[in-house]
Amino acid sequence: MRRTADAVVIGGGVTGASVAYNLLKLGMRDVVLCEKATFCNGSTGRCGAGVREQWGSKGNCLLAKASIDMFEQLADELNYPHDLEFKQKGYLMLAHTEKEWAQFQKNVQLQNSLGIKSRLCTPEEAREIVPALNTEGMLGATFNGRDGHANPFHVTRAYLTAAERMGADINYFTEVTGIEVSGGKVKAVVTKKGVIETPIVINAAGPWAKPVAEMVGVKLPLFTQRHQILVTEPVGWLLDPMVMSFSIGIYCQQTPHGSLIMGIGDPHEPKGYDIGHSWEFLRDMSRIITRLLPALKDVRVVRQWSGLYTVTPDAHPILGGVPGIDGYLQAVGFSGHGFMLAPAVGQIIAEMALGKVTFLDVRNLDVGRFERGEYNVEPSVV
Amino acid sequence: MSRTDDDIIVCRCEDVTLGEIRRAIAEGATTMDEIRRITRAGMGPCQGRTCRQLIALELARKTGKPVAEVLPSTIRPPMKAVTMGSLAKIGEEDAE
Ligand SMILES: Cc1cc2nc3c(=O)[nH]c(=O)nc-3n(C[C@H](O)[C@H](O)[C@H](O)COP(=O)(O)OP(=O)(O)OC[C@H]3O[C@@H](n4cnc5c(N)ncnc54)[C@H](O)[C@@H]3O)c2cc1C
Repeated sequence: MRRTADAVVIGGGVTGASVAYNLLKLGMRDVVLCEKATFCNGSTGRCGAGVREQWGSKGNCLLAKASIDMFEQLADELNYPHDLEFKQKGYLMLAHTEKEWAQFQKNVQLQNSLGIKSRLCTPEEAREIVPALNTEGMLGATFNGRDGHANPFHVTRAYLTAAERMGADINYFTEVTGIEVSGGKVKAVVTKKGVIETPIVINAAGPWAKPVAEMVGVKLPLFTQRHQILVTEPVGWLLDPMVMSFSIGIYCQQTPHGSLIMGIGDPHEPKGYDIGHSWEFLRDMSRIITRLLPALKDVRVVRQWSGLYTVTPDAHPILGGVPGIDGYLQAVGFSGHGFMLAPAVGQIIAEMALGKVTFLDVRNLDVGRFERGEYNVEPSVV
Repeated sequence: MSRTDDDIIVCRCEDVTLGEIRRAIAEGATTMDEIRRITRAGMGPCQGRTCRQLIALELARKTGKPVAEVLPSTIRPPMKAVTMGSLAKIGEEDAE
C-alpha cells in the first residue's frame, strides 16, 4: 500500500469504484482506494441494480438520466472482459391509488420537461407491455423504455479494474480507522495497515458513512435500514421491464440470465444494521407478487438475502464537501438508489476533488440543506 | 492439473467451468465470495452444495492457503427451492 496519495477513496462499492476511476480519468495521478473487506461488500453486492430515470424530483431525474447516458457507454469505456449485463427494457410503475396516479401525472410532466421520454399508460397499455400482469384494481401506469438494470458486481469491478490499470492502488481488507485533520485541512488517512498522507479523502462508505464522517467531526443525518430481496430459479421469458409499485411497496425484474429478482420496502422495518432474513418476507413477497404476476406461482425461489439502505431525510444523496474541512468530500445517503446514480456521482465528486466546475449543479445536495431547511422529499421510492 | 481440465464443469447449476474459476483467480480473486460474484458459481438452485468444495480446492492450490481457510462463503436460505405459490400459502387455513 502506498504511503502518500493525491486522494484516498474510502469504500469499494460502486460509488467508491466510480469515484476512483473518474479521478484518474480527469487526470489525478496517485489515487488510493481502501476497502475494509473486498469489492461489493456493502449495499452494492446486495442490491436490485435497477436503473431508472422516472423520479419525482428534478435532482434525482437529472442524476439518473446522466448516469444512464454513461451506462450506455460503460462497457466500451472501461474495456472490461465480462458482460456488464446492462439491459434497457424499461420500468413499468403501477398506480393503484388516486394519490399515486396524481403523483405519476406530475412526475411524467416533470420528467418530460427534462427530456425523459416517460409516458402514462392505461391498464390495457400496461398489459401490452407486460402480458403476464394482473391489472385488477390498477388505475394506470407509467413507462420509460430507457430504464433497466445491470450486474452490480461486474459494474463495480469494471470501474475498479480500469482504475487499477490507470495506476490506482486498490487495497482490500484495509479498514480506515481515522482521518487526520489539522488547521482545517485533511492531512492523512489512518488504516489498519498504516497511514497514508493525503490532502483529499472521499467518504463513499455506504451504510458506514456516518461513522466515517464522525472521524472528521461531521454528523450526518442518516439512518440504515434492512431491505429484503430474493431471486428465483431462471425461467423462460416472463417480463421485459422492471415492474414497480410504490403503494404496494414492491419491485420485480427478470435478469438476462432468466431469474427473477424482487423485493419489498417494509415501512415497519426497524432502523439498524441487521441484515438477517425472515420467512415472513418470503411469504409476503410471494403473496403480493403472485397476485400481480400470477404466472410466478410455479416459479421456485432459490435464494433470499438482505442489504442496507442508507437513508437521508429527503431520499436524495448527500454530495460534496463540508465548510471548514478542506479536502473532505462525501458521496453518501443514496436512500436505495445509489447503484443507478454512481456513474454521474463519480464524475461529479472527481470534478469537485480537482476543483473543477461540476457538469451538473449539485450544490443543493450538500449536507447543509437539512439545517437550512432547503429540501423536498422524493415521493417515488420503494 | 493440466490445462485440458479447463472444460470440466464445476458448477452444474450455473454451467461454470474450472477454466472460468481459474480465470477469476488469475484476475485477482482471492476469496470464495469474489469468485462467486465474478462467475456466478454457487448461485444456482443447489446453492453451491457440490461446487463449493471443488472451488475451495482450486483456490487453496492457487493461493497456497489451507482449504479450511478459504472455504466459508455464505449459504443462503431457503435450503430447498420452493415455489412462490406454496410460499404464499404459509399460515393459511387450507395450507398444504
Ligand atoms: C435490497 C436492496 C435493493 C436495492 N436496489 C437498488 C436498485 O435497484 N437500484 C439502485 O440504484 N440502488 C439499489 N439499492 C441501493 C444501492 O445498493 C446502494 O445505494 C449503493 O449500492 C450504494 O453504493 P456505495 O458504494 O455508496 O455503498 P456500498 O456498496 O455499501 O459500499 C460501501 C463500502 O465501504 C466499505 N467501508 C465502509 N466503512 C469502511 C471503512 N471504515 N474502511 C474501509 N472500507 C469501508 C464497505 O465495506 C463497503 O464495501 C438497493 C439496496 C438494497 C439493500
